[in-house]
Amino acid sequence: MSIWDKLDMGKYALYVWGSFGVTALCMIVEPILLRSHATRIRKRIARLNRLEK
Amino acid sequence: MQNRLINWFKYSSPATFYPVAGRLAPIFWVIAIALIGYGLYLSFFVAPTDYKQGEGYRIIFIHVPASWMSMFIYLVMAGWSAIGLVFNTRLSFMMAQALAPTGAMFAFISLWTGSFWGKPMWGTWWVWDARITSELILLFLYLGYMALVGAIDDRRRADRAGSILLLVGVVNIPIIYFSVKWWNTLHQGATVKMNGQTSMDETMLWTMLIMALGFWAYSIAVAMVRVRSIMLEREHDAQWVRDMIGEQA
Repeated sequence: MSIWDKLDMGKYALYVWGSFGVTALCMIVEPILLRSHATRIRKRIARLNRLEK
Repeated sequence: MQNRLINWFKYSSPATFYPVAGRLAPIFWVIAIALIGYGLYLSFFVAPTDYKQGEGYRIIFIHVPASWMSMFIYLVMAGWSAIGLVFNTRLSFMMAQALAPTGAMFAFISLWTGSFWGKPMWGTWWVWDARITSELILLFLYLGYMALVGAIDDRRRADRAGSILLLVGVVNIPIIYFSVKWWNTLHQGATVKMNGQTSMDETMLWTMLIMALGFWAYSIAVAMVRVRSIMLEREHDAQWVRDMIGEQA
């Protein structure tokens, strides 16, 4: 079986890759958003600390 | 017993739990990546083709674990809320809040993948079937909780209102789980039953369980990272936060 046959998923390609793709996207994007959110909060608190000094 | 109780309460302080969450997160990231990686390998290269549904059935390897997680996370959130209401521990409410977006994401994935499975197998993207509708209600409960907690400025009131919503919504979980038994639904019956019986091939079952464990580890890792941000946001005036972050982030 070639890689193309495998990717074709026996005529279910849209459904299988549509499911796995969106799940992968969600589970990759969520940690990235979390990381940038955490960095933003730390920066804001550091700025507040500087302003109060 | 007394000592044990005191130890547990020690970790209910955000200042104490913050570094613990920081140490736990990377461990669960590694477990999640390893299990999901192995689960994906099994999903595509080891699990056999289904005799009836062909390759299309492989969607269940994410659909079922995501559905389980969407219900499980909700129960854990409700548990944290109950603890928060009884003991008035701030960390419990923070944990419930930290889990909500991930729970909502899994409820969405469950509906999305279910829809992508339903189209080729049932011939429709959506039906107002008991299980699908109750899962949609679960997604709305997550979104409603997040909107409610976000809309009230007073933290304590927001936490209490959110917790009550979560506890009332718990009634939906057995409805989702038993919907395929109680009503004559289009959705198929439980893949793995409470008494341990299964209607699946062993390789398929193991693949699904490994993916479920991977999603579980992912949820813990994400919750640990998010709860740290919530702690910083809520306690930014506290001395421990000031001392830890200093003037350079």
